Amino acid sequence: MIHYAWIVAALPAVAVPLIVFVGKRMPGQGAGIGIAAVAVSFVLSLIIAIPFLTGNQQPVEGHITWFDLGTFSLQVGQYVDGLTSMMLVVVTFVSLCVQVYSVAYMHEDVRYTWYYAVLSLFTASMLNLVLANDLIQLLVGWEGVGICSYLLVGHWYEDRVNSNAGIKAFITTKTGDIPFLFGIFTLIFATGTSNMRDINLAALHGGISAALLFAAALLLFGGAIGKSAQFPLHVWLPDAMAGPTPVSALIHAATMVAAGVYLVGRMFPVFVSAPHFVLTFVSIIAAITMLIAALLAMVQDDVKRVLAYSTVSQLAYMLAGLSLGPSGYTPGLFHLFTHAFFKALLFLAAGSLIHAVHSNNMSEMGGLRKKMPLTFVVFLIGAMALSGIPPLAGFWSKDEIISEAFKTHQYWLFAVTLGTAVLTAFYMTRAVLLTFFGDYRGHTEPHEAPLAMAAPMVVLAAFACLAGLLGPTHVFVDWVHFGPVAEHVPVDYGFAAISLVGALAGVAVGYGLYRRWRDPDPLRTLGPAYTFIENKYYLDDIYEKGIVRTIQYPMAAEVDRFDRNVVDGAVNGTGRAARGLGGVLRYLQSGSVQRYAVFLFVGVVVLAVIITRIT
Amino acid sequence: MSGWEQTAVTLLTFLPAAGAIVVALIPRGRDRAAQVLGVLFTGGALVVGIAVLFGFDYGAGGGYQFELQTTWITSLGVGYHVGIDGISLPLVELTLLTTFLCAVYCMNRMPPGGSPKALISLMLLLETGMLGTFVALDLMLFFVFWEMVLVPMYFMIGVWGSGNRQYAATKFFLFTFFGSVFMLLAFIGTAFQADPHTFDIVLLQRSGSAISHTLQLVLFGGMFLGFAVKVPMWPLHTWLPDAHTEAPTVGSVLLAGVLLKMGAYGFIRIALPLLPYAAVKFAPYIAVLAGIAIVYASLACLAQRDLKRLIAYSSVGHMGFVMLGIATLTPLGIDAAIFGMVAHGVITGMLFFEVGSIYDRYHTRQLADLGGGMMQIMPRMGAVFWLTCIASLGLPGLAGFWGEVLSLFAAYNPAAGLSVPLYRTIMVFGGIGTILTAGYLLWTVQRVNMGVLPDRWGQAGATLVDTSRGEWVAWAPLVVLMVLLGLVPSLIFSITNDAVTAISHVIGVVP
Repeated sequence: MIHYAWIVAALPAVAVPLIVFVGKRMPGQGAGIGIAAVAVSFVLSLIIAIPFLTGNQQPVEGHITWFDLGTFSLQVGQYVDGLTSMMLVVVTFVSLCVQVYSVAYMHEDVRYTWYYAVLSLFTASMLNLVLANDLIQLLVGWEGVGICSYLLVGHWYEDRVNSNAGIKAFITTKTGDIPFLFGIFTLIFATGTSNMRDINLAALHGGISAALLFAAALLLFGGAIGKSAQFPLHVWLPDAMAGPTPVSALIHAATMVAAGVYLVGRMFPVFVSAPHFVLTFVSIIAAITMLIAALLAMVQDDVKRVLAYSTVSQLAYMLAGLSLGPSGYTPGLFHLFTHAFFKALLFLAAGSLIHAVHSNNMSEMGGLRKKMPLTFVVFLIGAMALSGIPPLAGFWSKDEIISEAFKTHQYWLFAVTLGTAVLTAFYMTRAVLLTFFGDYRGHTEPHEAPLAMAAPMVVLAAFACLAGLLGPTHVFVDWVHFGPVAEHVPVDYGFAAISLVGALAGVAVGYGLYRRWRDPDPLRTLGPAYTFIENKYYLDDIYEKGIVRTIQYPMAAEVDRFDRNVVDGAVNGTGRAARGLGGVLRYLQSGSVQRYAVFLFVGVVVLAVIITRIT
Repeated sequence: MSGWEQTAVTLLTFLPAAGAIVVALIPRGRDRAAQVLGVLFTGGALVVGIAVLFGFDYGAGGGYQFELQTTWITSLGVGYHVGIDGISLPLVELTLLTTFLCAVYCMNRMPPGGSPKALISLMLLLETGMLGTFVALDLMLFFVFWEMVLVPMYFMIGVWGSGNRQYAATKFFLFTFFGSVFMLLAFIGTAFQADPHTFDIVLLQRSGSAISHTLQLVLFGGMFLGFAVKVPMWPLHTWLPDAHTEAPTVGSVLLAGVLLKMGAYGFIRIALPLLPYAAVKFAPYIAVLAGIAIVYASLACLAQRDLKRLIAYSSVGHMGFVMLGIATLTPLGIDAAIFGMVAHGVITGMLFFEVGSIYDRYHTRQLADLGGGMMQIMPRMGAVFWLTCIASLGLPGLAGFWGEVLSLFAAYNPAAGLSVPLYRTIMVFGGIGTILTAGYLLWTVQRVNMGVLPDRWGQAGATLVDTSRGEWVAWAPLVVLMVLLGLVPSLIFSITNDAVTAISHVIGVVP
């Protein structure tokens, strides 16, 4: 089956035209086609993953030629190893949950069939990205998820705010894609191939000069910064909340932002072999991002934005893990794995909340514990998993990163990751208390989620509880590891205790501050610091007013003016001058054939003289 | 060689011209007959073209096929020499398809302003001019076909155009004519330095490097003016927005779809192989102008208020990528340029069809007046517009991607003797250009498709009907090609590669 892994991506891809062209006439208006395709893909992914779980299965590569230009040829194919199979499982599983959930959540939507078509395309693009054996093929999937997220974030495009958010997501990530593209160029230039396995082998065995590796790794990381929403390109992700909530679950857990982390994992030999500054740079970006995003999550009223900033922060954890070098590889990707389950769960639970109270704002929630007990339980599980409460999923993966930072003597990174863990527990406690405790402050009559929404949440909750156990049992490290042999590192309970104490401290402070609903938010007492964070460090303003506006006006407007007045003005001026000159020359135009012949003769002679002189 | 190849290439070139005469002769008032004949003759040429596509030997290794050579003006060394290789074949097919689709489009949507009969006749004449330019293997023949294109397009814009058509048509004519005068002088100069005098491109290719360096530079300068105006390269582009904006829909489609490619084709077919020394000297300047065109045009697009003018400026940027590919002087860059030309023809041709249909319905092209909400009332029209814009911004998996990305990659690693830092700098600006391009296209889609349909169109709603059957027939092949070329780029590359390698040997830049 491993040799046919490409079928996993092909199924949702085939579903897209089916949904578009015949979906409306099918029972379920096309949703059935999408769900069936991804369900089969999920089962196939599990079958593919099984041999890799033991760590004994060798990677399988296969390709056909895409086109051949003699000096340059491209392949399209698949590369399946433990990392690929892990991603296949995560992507298809989360996508399946989201698609089932959407049946109920989106049933009144004006573009229900279209929505399912784009979901399938989104899934297919991400699966292609994960399966690709070639950087250019990966880029096709990479940009594919970009355009799908643009379509889905702007799904309700009747409102300009939503379509603006879609455009912002696309343009911001595209800004990162340009360095990524140049990084690909550098690697092809250095190795003569865009096959990732060959490039990785060349990087490991000194086949690429340090300077080129340095440039390539930094440029590739530019793509990861854009896609995985890292500082300074993280600004698109919170705005992407404009899309339907199930889409947020998909983007945040599986099909979009994970791509950047996956890229670093897939091209890890390039990063490891490059001069050490590259990984240090990755860790600096990750540290900045995880802190500023966690601080932002503390001051949000919109529950989806809390989760959005927490994603930014958690992605930074994954990159921080990878930045620790070979020993951080498995912890970083393990966090990607566990995060997918509890973040998808949290978003789907948030969707259930929003579905019930018709508002995203926690100030209009409160007391929902009794009205929506199931949603409460699953949200609480997700929140605890994210906060790092044992034995839930997030605890194990986050702890691995924190302790690994210490063990590799990156003490500053250890401090930042631990500090962010405290903040994470704090803002999730705040979110739980504001939504589920106290008195209900909303205006609608909340109701529990219907079955199609409840079932995926329960399944995801089970995984959020259990997925973390793959860590201490060493199953995950056998599955996904860097190098030929998986190294079984026993859990260090000393560090685990430190992580736990940090998380509990965050919970305690959160409980103290938000036990009772208070308006205004008690954090406002921080004064100017609060204002600074609330305004997103003014980064959006800088981009919006400093860059985007400058391009629109004056730059674009000035170019347009310049084109009309100067470039075209010169043309029209020449035209007028020629007309004036024509008056002078008119006497030459006598109508006498003899005189024309003379002019022609003189002209040819002059030309002939010129040519003979030059030759 | 059996006879059918020579018959085919002649038929292909002159069937439209014969059609032009036939259409011109039918009695006044029989417009429907003219429209049908237009489809028949362009369709007939297309059928011949498809036969050529099947008869072409793709394993022959880059030489000319379907060659036909007879004497013409022997005393001057001018011959009638035509032929097709892997470089011209995609462009010939593009021309045949685009013109046919224009004729189909004319069945239902005839631009007002003049008699339909005359428009069809001119369009057929134009087709022969374009095809002749791509198959000509003699400089003088090339020039004759090149000039033949000018007159029909002048009248198409001047008679069937909108508001400011006279100005636009005159500007188009004078600009191109200005360029072609210098081009002709350079052709004559090139032919006369050969011994014996010959205008034959194939013969001249063999002796090209024998021309003295100074003369090469002068001659290249002349050709440059002729070709660069047609591309158009910055800063010789200002005829284009005017011509496009005023031209009738089919005029714009042919202008963007085919005419612009004649200039870039001239560089690949004539200027580079005939004057290889000058090509290396000129290449950095061409690359710089191409880089400016990419960024400049995308900025200009951001400031446009007229939808058609916006698409016109976008052509300047896209042709910038084509010229950047050529200016790298690498086989990869030239392959990318040819791919970019075909893709641009398909995508931008489609965009102009769309804009024409939008104008027919709304009677305005001003983005502010359109006001958005097209998806609400014409979802199919909106979806096609959306897809075409996304293809135009170079999304991987659609046709616009390959030409753009490979010409950038070629700029990463230009031919030996060219400045790597310079080309990589231009590459970075090209990359910035792709971001700006994505910006203006998504912004355009937002302003046309999205939002809520303004009330004023609710009252006029009767005219806002979704894509008609006739439009689908004309558009479907382009939409299919947009996806197909993106997914299977070897459709083009397997044709071009050998011929490009052969040309590169002539230029002497093969690594």
